[in-house]
Amino acid sequence: MQEYEEMLQQKMAARHSPGVHERMKRSIVGIAGLGGLGSNIAAMLARMGVGHLVLADFDVVEPGNLNRQNYFVSQLGKYKTEATAEQLLQINPFITVEFHTVRVDEQNAASLFGGCDVVCEAFDNPESKAMLVSTLLGECAGVKLVCGSGMAGIGSSNEILTRRRMSRLYVCGDGLSEAATGIMAPRVIICAGHQANMAVRLLMGVEEA
Amino acid sequence: MDNNYFNEGDVEMQVNGEQIRVEAPLTVMALLEQQNYQPNRIAVEVNEVIVPKAQYETFMLSDCDRVEIVCFVGGG
Repeated sequence: MQEYEEMLQQKMAARHSPGVHERMKRSIVGIAGLGGLGSNIAAMLARMGVGHLVLADFDVVEPGNLNRQNYFVSQLGKYKTEATAEQLLQINPFITVEFHTVRVDEQNAASLFGGCDVVCEAFDNPESKAMLVSTLLGECAGVKLVCGSGMAGIGSSNEILTRRRMSRLYVCGDGLSEAATGIMAPRVIICAGHQANMAVRLLMGVEEA
Repeated sequence: MDNNYFNEGDVEMQVNGEQIRVEAPLTVMALLEQQNYQPNRIAVEVNEVIVPKAQYETFMLSDCDRVEIVCFVGGG
């Protein structure tokens, strides 16, 4: 069994980009919210081999999530934290996943995510997005934040951009398309890709959006 | 530094990269109202320092401040 694991790890590592993988392995990334953005960001960062992921969400997987969120029918009713952690270890068993089944708020945000190099904000409602930005940038000196804002509808993919809005804040999305327009898999996953890639860039020391 | 208290005239500041002239004294909250932002959906930085939401009503803006207001829409 141990031989098999070593072989698996070697074969997986052989496909990682040299230089990138070592840096990823030493990194800690937080994901706040495990809906359409967060569940997909988590899967991408696990594939990248980010060494430690910190997940937080309070919700359970529901049928209405399956149109865009990275869950299966077999996971309906499970906490999203547990369902995501389960999947991540199937994607990459050589990372560690820490999860917190809580509602992230002003009181707990800094203690949940203060140890992260980068945090990906992946909440649904705009008040929570704003709360996380103010709290983490205000209270956690080293943490960089990558948010999602505006990815609903079927507008052009090319309107989704990554922008650096503050010294430690990046915002991905079109900035306009609200949830009321209906959120669908392609655009939310494009935005998740923007966030995951910006997180990877920051971990590699690239600060340009 | 902060002479807004004595100066009832206009001050100039940069908001999201744009130069604007406003009447002083002015709090962050007053600026948000003038610019039609919803205080619950934004984060504000003044001269690269985050202003906590609890301070929007009391934080006084000064001449030459650089203000960054990031507004979020729902969905994720």
